[in-house]
Amino acid sequence: MQTKSAARNIFYGGSLFFLVIFIGLTANSHKYIRNTSTNAETLNESVVRGKRIWERKACINCHTILGEGAYYAPELGNVFVRYGGKDDAQGAKDAIKAWMQAQPSGIEGRRQMPDFKLTDPELEDLANFLEWVSTIDTQGWPPTDAG
Amino acid sequence: MKYQSQKVAFWYFGAAMALFAIQVLVGAIMGYIYVAPNFMSELIPFNIFRMLHTNALIVWLLLGFFGAAYYLIPEEAERDIESPMLAYGQLILLVVGTLGAVLTYVFNFAEGNVVFGQQGREFLEQPLWVKLGIIVAALVFLYNITMTVLKGRKTAVSNVLLLGLWGVALFFLFSLYNPGNLSLDKMYWWYVVHIWVEGVWELVMAAILAFLMLKLTGIDREIIEKWIYAIVALALFTGLLGTGHHYYWIGTPGYWQWIGSVFSALEIVPFLAMVVFAFMMVWKGGRDHPNKAAVLWALGSTVLAFFGAGVWGFMHTLAPVNFYSHGTQITAAHGHLAFFGAYVSMNLAMITYAMPYLRKSEPYNQISNMISFWLMAGGMSFMTITLTFAGIIQTHLQRVNGEDFMSVQEQLGVFYWMRLGSGIVFVIGALLFIYATFGPKKVRA
Repeated sequence: MQTKSAARNIFYGGSLFFLVIFIGLTANSHKYIRNTSTNAETLNESVVRGKRIWERKACINCHTILGEGAYYAPELGNVFVRYGGKDDAQGAKDAIKAWMQAQPSGIEGRRQMPDFKLTDPELEDLANFLEWVSTIDTQGWPPTDAG
Repeated sequence: MKYQSQKVAFWYFGAAMALFAIQVLVGAIMGYIYVAPNFMSELIPFNIFRMLHTNALIVWLLLGFFGAAYYLIPEEAERDIESPMLAYGQLILLVVGTLGAVLTYVFNFAEGNVVFGQQGREFLEQPLWVKLGIIVAALVFLYNITMTVLKGRKTAVSNVLLLGLWGVALFFLFSLYNPGNLSLDKMYWWYVVHIWVEGVWELVMAAILAFLMLKLTGIDREIIEKWIYAIVALALFTGLLGTGHHYYWIGTPGYWQWIGSVFSALEIVPFLAMVVFAFMMVWKGGRDHPNKAAVLWALGSTVLAFFGAGVWGFMHTLAPVNFYSHGTQITAAHGHLAFFGAYVSMNLAMITYAMPYLRKSEPYNQISNMISFWLMAGGMSFMTITLTFAGIIQTHLQRVNGEDFMSVQEQLGVFYWMRLGSGIVFVIGALLFIYATFGPKKVRA
């Protein structure tokens, strides 16, 4: 009986202890994201609209973003960088839009991306979102531009 | 079955198995799309199948947990469920929500609508009304089960199970928070996803395992309850800060690489403890329980969870390794075996144990059930190994050599063919399981 109630108390006490530490570190990380690793000034309405398009088209169920998603299609957290956005931001955004508009490729034996029929302003928002995401400080990940 | 109201569990298990069938069939279609990518691409694109595959899994596992609770809580509390009517109402609510989510995903109607539109974060794609429905269903469930326990006998098994299910409901609330900042979004998204599967779900799993050990081995309750507290303590001590292994590369601070590596490396310990616990109980118990299939599933679950969640998790959890392997087929390999071992198998163990009582017969179709175990366990293990090979090659070509994603994928075809084969074996196993537990039964002699 004694060892069981001891085990129970260790479980409750210890779990609470680790939960409090976890919440504290999350609060600290919340501040860090706000102030250090992401750019609040460039997080404008267009970027947020782009994120909503990303969500309502369920892009994450083929692609990954910062490594999380479905592994069926390329990583998009750094697609802006991969398209040369560091040297030519407008060129990279135009290339992303042109890619979106050229889908589906219809090539036999190649994975197909649907035509999401986005309007020009929507494409602009999505490209802005992908540009903003590429500015997140991800501790150097991914290791190569291939994503 | 000692209490009439336990019958509720039958319908939960039935709904769960229907979704299980859908989940694995959709999985097989996706496995085929991997090798024949033009298949149905204009009609139902891959991302929609993926939502169906993952969401069906999550919902059926939850239905299984709810069913398990409705089955085992009366025996633990030694009284009927507070309100079987509420339990049926909860099930109807969940089924309606599930159908609503499926229709939303397939037709993407009400796109962009705040209440009815698909919400598009991985695993949490359910439209808002479905999320709210899930929360209401969870509250109904918690009220029902908590009242049953409070008015009856209180045991460690029901204690841990309740705590786990309260945690499921509580942490699901974070699914309602979706900020415009992707890094913040991801950090709190893991509050649902990680703390469910590497936290509170482990409590549910341990409680079900403990209940099965009580019934199948005849070992003294005192010993089993001591074990269960030790196991869930290990699970939360490692699992809560183990969330850090998702905070390496999403814009969160660098210190998570240390915290995440250390604590998530230890996440293997509770899974090892479950293996030791289950085998020791069965070995020492010496009871020759007639439901051999249930014993097989319970033991098998702990072993497969140890490899899938524990070993395969550890394989890519250290930050310097994860830097290269993050978000490759290695993750997919781990995800499949971990979910199958820990949560699918423990649910199937419970269903195997409970169904003969719910259907008022002796354990039946034991051989088919045990064959289904080996088909599923074998199929999933082979799938995990093929995806691991694919992932290792992908990691090297893409993350070290910097080769383009699609050209790397095109070199992995042989592994995706083998994955399709093992997936088909798994589907056969799953259908055989459903036949063995829900199909024709032997008449009580």
